Amino acid sequence: MGVEPDQAVQPAQHAAHASHAGGHPSPKEYVRIGLILAVLTALEVAASYSGVSGSLMIPTLIGLAIVKFALVVLWFMHLKFDDRRYSRFFVMGLSGAATLYLIVLISFGVFSR
Amino acid sequence: MADVALDHGGSAEHPETTTGLPHTKLAMWLFLGSECLLFGALISTYVLYRGRAGPPPSPNDVFDIPYTSVSSFVLLASSLTMVLALAAAQRLDHGQMRLWLLCTAMLGMTFVGGQVYEFTSFFNEGLSLETNLFGTTFFVLTGFHGVHVTVGILMLLSLVGMSWTGRLPTDQSFPIEMVGLYWHFVDVVWIVIFTVVYLIPTPSPGGPGGG
Amino acid sequence: MATFERRAGLLPRPTATTGFWGWLTTIDHKKIGILYGATALLFFLVGGLEALLIRIQLFRPDGEVLTAAQYNQVFTMHGITMIFLFVMPMSSAFFNYFIPLMIGARDVAFPRLNAYSYWAFLFGGLFLYSSFFLGGAPNGGWFGYAPNSSTDPTIGMSFYALGLIITGVASTAGAINLAVTVINLRAPGMSFFRMPVFVWMGLVVQLLLIFSLPIITVDLFELLFDRRFGTHFFDPTVGADPLLWQHLFWLFGHPEVYVLILPAFGIMSEILPVFSRKPLFGYQFVVFSGIAIGFIGFGVWAHHMFAAGLGPVANTAFGVSTAIIAIPTGVKIFNWMGTMYRGDIRFTSAMLFTVGGIAMFVIGGLSGVTHAIVPSDYQQTDTYYIVAHFHYVIFGGGVFAFFGALFYWWPKVFGRLLSETLGKIEFVVMLVGFNLTFGPMHILGLQGMIRRTYTYPASLGLTFWNEVATVGAFLIALSVLLFLINVALTSLRPATADVADPWDARTLEWMTSSPPPIENFAEIPTVHALDDFWHRKYVEDERTGRLVPVQAGAAISHEEDAADHHGHAIHLPSPSFWPLVAAAAMPLLGYGVLFSWWLVGAGVIVALVGFYGWALEPSVAGE
Repeated sequence: MGVEPDQAVQPAQHAAHASHAGGHPSPKEYVRIGLILAVLTALEVAASYSGVSGSLMIPTLIGLAIVKFALVVLWFMHLKFDDRRYSRFFVMGLSGAATLYLIVLISFGVFSR
Repeated sequence: MADVALDHGGSAEHPETTTGLPHTKLAMWLFLGSECLLFGALISTYVLYRGRAGPPPSPNDVFDIPYTSVSSFVLLASSLTMVLALAAAQRLDHGQMRLWLLCTAMLGMTFVGGQVYEFTSFFNEGLSLETNLFGTTFFVLTGFHGVHVTVGILMLLSLVGMSWTGRLPTDQSFPIEMVGLYWHFVDVVWIVIFTVVYLIPTPSPGGPGGG
Repeated sequence: MATFERRAGLLPRPTATTGFWGWLTTIDHKKIGILYGATALLFFLVGGLEALLIRIQLFRPDGEVLTAAQYNQVFTMHGITMIFLFVMPMSSAFFNYFIPLMIGARDVAFPRLNAYSYWAFLFGGLFLYSSFFLGGAPNGGWFGYAPNSSTDPTIGMSFYALGLIITGVASTAGAINLAVTVINLRAPGMSFFRMPVFVWMGLVVQLLLIFSLPIITVDLFELLFDRRFGTHFFDPTVGADPLLWQHLFWLFGHPEVYVLILPAFGIMSEILPVFSRKPLFGYQFVVFSGIAIGFIGFGVWAHHMFAAGLGPVANTAFGVSTAIIAIPTGVKIFNWMGTMYRGDIRFTSAMLFTVGGIAMFVIGGLSGVTHAIVPSDYQQTDTYYIVAHFHYVIFGGGVFAFFGALFYWWPKVFGRLLSETLGKIEFVVMLVGFNLTFGPMHILGLQGMIRRTYTYPASLGLTFWNEVATVGAFLIALSVLLFLINVALTSLRPATADVADPWDARTLEWMTSSPPPIENFAEIPTVHALDDFWHRKYVEDERTGRLVPVQAGAAISHEEDAADHHGHAIHLPSPSFWPLVAAAAMPLLGYGVLFSWWLVGAGVIVALVGFYGWALEPSVAGE
């Protein structure tokens, strides 16, 4: 990375999608988010080596992963700025998966150790 | 409102739709929603069987976290280059767009290459689909992901080819946006896999396995 | 709209819209609907023959018509055929044909993807049936429980896994297509709450499929890998848990049964108001209860596993959720009754099948409620009591509704009315036959007759009701034969003059000629109300409250009208063979996994060629 896209060129409004609710990150902001993602990943790896107990490490790792997930989905995939209806369907799938599989894993006793 | 000229998936500007949302974008988000359930099932299978007693090797025997971390950085970087490709397309700069798309594809190929190398070295250390539950669940989960990445690379290279041969209208960024959504999703799945499979420590077997 | 140069492909773009090539390359939702319907009916007949074989084998104790190994294949294929190759595609037939018409659209959102879904379904079904000739059909039940399915030495369950993966891809594509269609192609003025209930149920069904199919897809891949590549997903000898199969299967399997019945609920909700000459009672309740059933349907799956040892907490939770889901279903029944109450009822064949279907469904629903009570289910599970339950709901509710729909919509699709006399006889014979077949199974189940076994000894005292059930099955067969005769005779008669709106119906599909012109509507209608077509025909007299026909009436959209609409050209998508090519890749891949890696390679190439050809072809030729 370390590439600096041309800042002088604004995204042509008429070429921009009707689905943009306004608010559209610039390439510089995207790079910034990319750097944050890299830092978060580094933090994750560091946490995994830290040797702290699982009951502290695991929530930390999951938390960091969730933040990274959210950054990519909301900014890179533009869901934060797009029509709410796209989010609705994606969240249906995501929350459905999380809920259903969590119940299955709980019923198998995976979390009771 | 008179006759609606039919305009279908993947094509140019905004078809007249009831919601104003393009068909393909709506379809893509529905598809990604369903993919959450697909990968969720594979990840859950892995988590269910993690730590169960069995013949070696176990994750701790074969995982090379620094190596896989680099792989993860590569894939994350490819998401950045993807979004830069889209930004270029929206600026009508198809030259830059092709460059960033190629970067994305190459980063993707690096990731897949890295996985192939990783799998081969695991195999040489005695881990196959048949060895134990770890081999079974690990290779199928990451294999499915790898196939998704490969399909994504094909789509990226196709976009480059289509743009190069003038088959991609220069006033459109929509196809790039659609491929981008797919690509980012594949990256996001890896974020989960990297954390759940590689980073979260595997309990040692011998404890109460499950259910 | 941006256009770009279209290079000539290897082969010229197909242009036929009639004849053999017309059908092979069609992307028109109406033709695709007919393809789905005809194929589904053929599979219905095959599945019915399998049912007759089962009933012949079980007619008397110690039956010798089928060996145990053969019986296992027959009952497995009967289930797979009826669920995946008959009910689901039949629903697709009705959804494909009528959803665009009912919402005032010209086609679905992705016409070529629509064709792909049909061909993939057909190839998947043929792939499954080819197993009979290639080493043996699936024999582990439609539910394929591991480790039986993962260790069975015959090839059948590998065909099962691959075949259902193929049809699953077809259904997922179709589901995304129809969901986008309903959301995005409604005519101006058609808000969600002005959509017919059939369309609403269609939307819920597609969402159920989109979110449940991936789960079984993973399950099937895991089964396939255990069988073909030595993995251990369901292998208890190395510490795996076969219960994983069951969870993943029923996480799909339960929403699936709502996929099977909600279209029927939609059909009933259309037919009842027409033949009661009354609007649907409590439209919003019917809609919301459908949504509720879809949602709660994801939360009851483990009621198929009450005897699997999940423990009292899980069993209680799922027993409660299962009892709860009876509520929205009951709401629908009351709304249907409210629709008929004080209506001006005409008992046409369509209406008879609908009302009979509701009654049969209620019986099946009642036995379902008894299953929700866990200790009671311990007694019933894996017995014929369960077989009775699901046949009452799927056949009694679903298939009766399908026949109602066939009688109702036949004139619209084919421009002819099926014989009402034959239809009524068919209904009576089917009603009697159906109840003779499945009614006694409640008793047999409670007497202890176990499911999925190829015979039973005389000493168990199960003979009499088995004999009755077999007789009933042949009556069902007779009723189906009557339907086929009805179809044959109807097609031989000359086309009826004007059957655009023979029933004096309420929804937009009746506002077109029969059959509709290829573009459906000369002009896309603007919708002002629920049951918009009805309101174009009738207004309520302010003084008397009676319905008065509107003077100008509702103009029926005819083929000829297409020419006269202010000079705007209607662009329709052009036929294409790429969907068929792309679909053909899947059976190649399937056979390849089973027999030869070269075929896998061929399948990959065909897939690449098919999808690239498709992607590079503009949806409207010559643009």
